Amino acid sequence: MKEGRPRSFYVLAIFFAAYVLFLYGPMIAIYILSFQGPQGGLTFPMNGVSTYWLAKLFQGTGIVDLGAAFRRSLLLGLVVMAVTVVLSVAAGMAFRRKFKAQSILFYSAIASLIVPSIITSLGISLEFRIIDDLIKAHWNENFETSMGLLTSGLGAHLTWTLPFGLLIMFAIFNRFDPRLEEAARDLGATPWQTFRYVVLPIILPSVIGIGLFGFTLSWDELARSSQAIGPVNTLPLDLQGLTTTVTKPDIYALGTVISAVSFAVITLALGTIHMLNKRQAAKGSDAGKGLV
Amino acid sequence: MDTSENILHQASPGLARGSDTARNAKAARLSPSFISWLQAGPMMLVFLAFFLIPLVFVVIVSFWDYNEYQLLPAFSGRGYSDTFEGCIAQLPDLCTIGKTYLKTLKLCFMVWAITLFIGFWVAYFLAFHVKSKTWQMGLSLLCTIPFWTSNVIRMIAWIPLLGRNGLVNSGLVKTGLINQPVEWLLYSEFSVVLALVHLFTFFMVVPIFNSMVRIDKSLIEAAYDAGATGFQTLVNVVIPLAKPGIVIGSIFVITIVMGDFITIGVMGGQQIAAAGKIIETRLNALQFPAAAANAVILLAITFLIITMMSRIVDIRKEL
Repeated sequence: MKEGRPRSFYVLAIFFAAYVLFLYGPMIAIYILSFQGPQGGLTFPMNGVSTYWLAKLFQGTGIVDLGAAFRRSLLLGLVVMAVTVVLSVAAGMAFRRKFKAQSILFYSAIASLIVPSIITSLGISLEFRIIDDLIKAHWNENFETSMGLLTSGLGAHLTWTLPFGLLIMFAIFNRFDPRLEEAARDLGATPWQTFRYVVLPIILPSVIGIGLFGFTLSWDELARSSQAIGPVNTLPLDLQGLTTTVTKPDIYALGTVISAVSFAVITLALGTIHMLNKRQAAKGSDAGKGLV
Repeated sequence: MDTSENILHQASPGLARGSDTARNAKAARLSPSFISWLQAGPMMLVFLAFFLIPLVFVVIVSFWDYNEYQLLPAFSGRGYSDTFEGCIAQLPDLCTIGKTYLKTLKLCFMVWAITLFIGFWVAYFLAFHVKSKTWQMGLSLLCTIPFWTSNVIRMIAWIPLLGRNGLVNSGLVKTGLINQPVEWLLYSEFSVVLALVHLFTFFMVVPIFNSMVRIDKSLIEAAYDAGATGFQTLVNVVIPLAKPGIVIGSIFVITIVMGDFITIGVMGGQQIAAAGKIIETRLNALQFPAAAANAVILLAITFLIITMMSRIVDIRKEL
């Protein structure tokens, strides 16, 4: 690198910077605009600076019950996160050995990722409608619906988060040194102890990454929820509904609040990952450092 | 053995205690294939219940009959015949469904071409020009963070910029380039393509970057030593080796755009027809068999595109 960087570096660096600006610029614009003055509109220039629209949001805009939608999305996001982490780690472990139906699971996950969301959503809604009809016909005439946040909604979100979880597990175990497990086994650890005290601490930072994907993908999910969420709405669905009706900056205020939750989760997850990595570097191994 | 057990005992008392039970349990140990089933089974069940069976229902219901208010579980081709209504009568002109798919494919192609261009060069920069691992991580993270935030917010974020009184229009008017604000910036095909590129270039960057970092740098040096120009190295070394990433990224982007109805709805002002939008419209009218028939058609076309692309590369090997 002593001979200096080639010209292509500078051209591409500018291109990259422009791309990052393109990614973040518009988002930053609405975060600023959510602090519009009470008389402000949907566009620049700012008409004063206030927290009027944010405050109005928490009082309830009268259009939809955002507080309830907020709690529902949070609950669903946390459940999706927990299920995604547990199922992905378990399935990731299974993929380290050969087993029957391995390729069926793999292709199901890939297909679930790339089949258009609206089709999955429609399918889940049809499935639950047919179950409802069966229950009404055979058991209980007054039955309303089995669709809901933690039935069809949870299922719909998992079809989106689990493939990401599985792919991240593949990436983890591609770099994992199996000799560490052999060593644990040779020292007499049970399979569970090997997992609990050797494998899990090593893969923990990436497992938190899976949790991060699980929560944020669910928190912002829209297309799969659209038909499968049942009688109630999640926060992104309410936000999408508002795009056609609202002409005031409260939609930006709502966007800012939703993003604030995303950013809080991202910061928390990345901070934890960073901390764990540092701890691993400090305590992980003293090989090659000589005897003390 | 003794010493190792002692060390282990100091490091983690729980571990050493269990080593006795480990020996006792050896006889009763579960067979490996049974453990694999226990580990992979739950995920398989989720895909079965919420993905594979629903897909089967989509296909079945697409052959059911319907009236204004309900599903009629009897075989009928009405879902399909309604969809292709007038397609033969209007020949050689395209019928509504034909025009809609043509439009969707056009959108798809534009978004694919642009995301591929941006994604390739962003990945190239990250993989070959950023040498320090820390910087590489940091800059990749910078590209990933928007992916963890809401798509709807990233769509409405364009309103203050592209609207009639938005930044772009007022800027152009001020500089005197145009006299009146232009209308085609928002709620148009332009804004749909812009938003789709904005949202989904990420899906192109990640797999291409992934392929590129695996390229052995000595290959590029060898090409340079053999007298290849930068352009020749790019075309003959980098692009062929990055092809798997390019194909995987393309599959992601194309399938997303083919089935999209939210971005096209919000950014197109609910005025632009697309393959995904037809399904949504049918659903809003509670015509489930017609919606299912459209879903089957969309699925078939998407599957066709993926099969054609995966001929070029074996996805399984690349993960």
